[in-house]
Amino acid sequence: MQSASDTGSRSFSTAQIERGANLAAIGNCATCHTAHGGRPFAGGYPLKTPFGTVHGTNITPDRETGIGSWSLADFTRALREGMSPEGHHYYPAFPYAYFTHLADDDIGALYAFVMTREPVRATVPANSVLVPRLAVAVWNAKYLHRGALASDASHDADWNHGHYLAESLAHCSECHTPRDKLGGEKRGEYLSGGEAGGWEAPALNEHSPSPVPWTLPAMDQYLRTGLVDRHAISAGPMRGVVENLSHALPADVNALARYIVSMERKGPDTANAARSTPSARGEQLYAGACGDCHDRGRIAEGGALPLKEAIAVALPTPKNLIHIVQEGITPHEDGAQPWMPAFRGSFTDKDLAELLAYTRSLGGKAAWNDVQAQVQATRKEGEEK
Amino acid sequence: MTRLQVNGRTVEVDADPATPLLYILRNDLGLNAAKFGCGLGQCGACTVTAGGEAIYSCLVPISALEGRPIVTVEGLGTPEHPGPMQQAFMEAQAAQCGYCIPGMMMRAQALLEKTPGATHDEVRAALEPNLCRCGTHMRILRAVSRAQELMKGGR
Repeated sequence: MQSASDTGSRSFSTAQIERGANLAAIGNCATCHTAHGGRPFAGGYPLKTPFGTVHGTNITPDRETGIGSWSLADFTRALREGMSPEGHHYYPAFPYAYFTHLADDDIGALYAFVMTREPVRATVPANSVLVPRLAVAVWNAKYLHRGALASDASHDADWNHGHYLAESLAHCSECHTPRDKLGGEKRGEYLSGGEAGGWEAPALNEHSPSPVPWTLPAMDQYLRTGLVDRHAISAGPMRGVVENLSHALPADVNALARYIVSMERKGPDTANAARSTPSARGEQLYAGACGDCHDRGRIAEGGALPLKEAIAVALPTPKNLIHIVQEGITPHEDGAQPWMPAFRGSFTDKDLAELLAYTRSLGGKAAWNDVQAQVQATRKEGEEK
Repeated sequence: MTRLQVNGRTVEVDADPATPLLYILRNDLGLNAAKFGCGLGQCGACTVTAGGEAIYSCLVPISALEGRPIVTVEGLGTPEHPGPMQQAFMEAQAAQCGYCIPGMMMRAQALLEKTPGATHDEVRAALEPNLCRCGTHMRILRAVSRAQELMKGGR
């Protein structure tokens, strides 16, 4: 039993815990705080950043290795200021720059949730970040904007709720906005696209590369299931996001979807240069390896995403498509769905580049540059893990 | 004509270069170990190795495989002189209907050639793409473990 802390005895109402569970699902806490194959929230997940690798901490209520001894004030400080109870800074890979905007009762609900998880005794591997923690104070002075988000009166309450969820909890912008050399967001390019863990996070605003403009029903379906028939499947870091959002309240996910869709103000598509020409070899490789699933249409048994309008084919670089082809897309452990097989080892780099160039030519955009070099670069990144 | 290297032999194959390897192995070369389970890369029964990498032979066109050494179960040894993987599977009697087994063997072979010291968890993770409907999994794992021993020079 935990001893009383300065918040008084630790008893939480079911409603508060459930509310916290919903917020944690929207915040996608589980993904960064759970190691692959590890116990939930027990930490150890390696997050590669340009500054080194940071490991998600153990946020189970274990008193020695987790946060079991934390008061609500400690927890609040961590979320709002990025500081531990001992007074040292967390690296901003922990998205406190977003959580800082959370309302008091939402923080209270999250506290109720984490303090009622199963305590797990687990220490976390050391980080490999070369930046001293004191430097984070300087980073905070520039990039941490504390306080509540301003409400936008030109939009209704539901939109504002979606805005609140996106900017204080779901932290979409962390990946989907470009960052400068110090790792801070370029606010002037909000949602113009970024990267996460070696994957490209597409622009969600007027620079959105989606060949099919997002509608609210499509975005809502994507966030809850990861699958939209015409153009999108969640892969890479989005898989964890979608897995968690599938457990969140549908009304909240819908508000989030509504906010994101409102950002995609479709301007003229200036990136649409001449369609690239398909190569015979690429076509042949596609016919043998991809066509059987990808040309039979989604509804049919074994059908896969038709590629003509797929987002991965329309992105500025082939990076995501390389990951998808080499690593496949596997359902979550408890999920029973068809999966995209991993083709690693099936093709030489040159052939894979031909194949990817061919798939690019199925969409309506200009050819990618240096595909083979990117294939090699992606493999090297993977080997460094 | 596509020139393929299969189990150490060079063969000239007169087929559409987009044809996935599996059909060539079975219909043209009489190498029936690799099986058609789904044709979609979802079951792994077609698994063989190319250049030491496990591939779904139902999904890789032969044009992509010219010049890359392909190995199937038939290339792991003979009935008179079985290789370590075959020996291990026989010892463990790791088969019920046997349909998934060649795929399992080749995926395990690829793993152990690259990572001879693979842990139990690594073996399980590596074999994940290969499905078995009869429930032979535990015997398969025992067989792979035994193959590991034999490949290290054990008896």
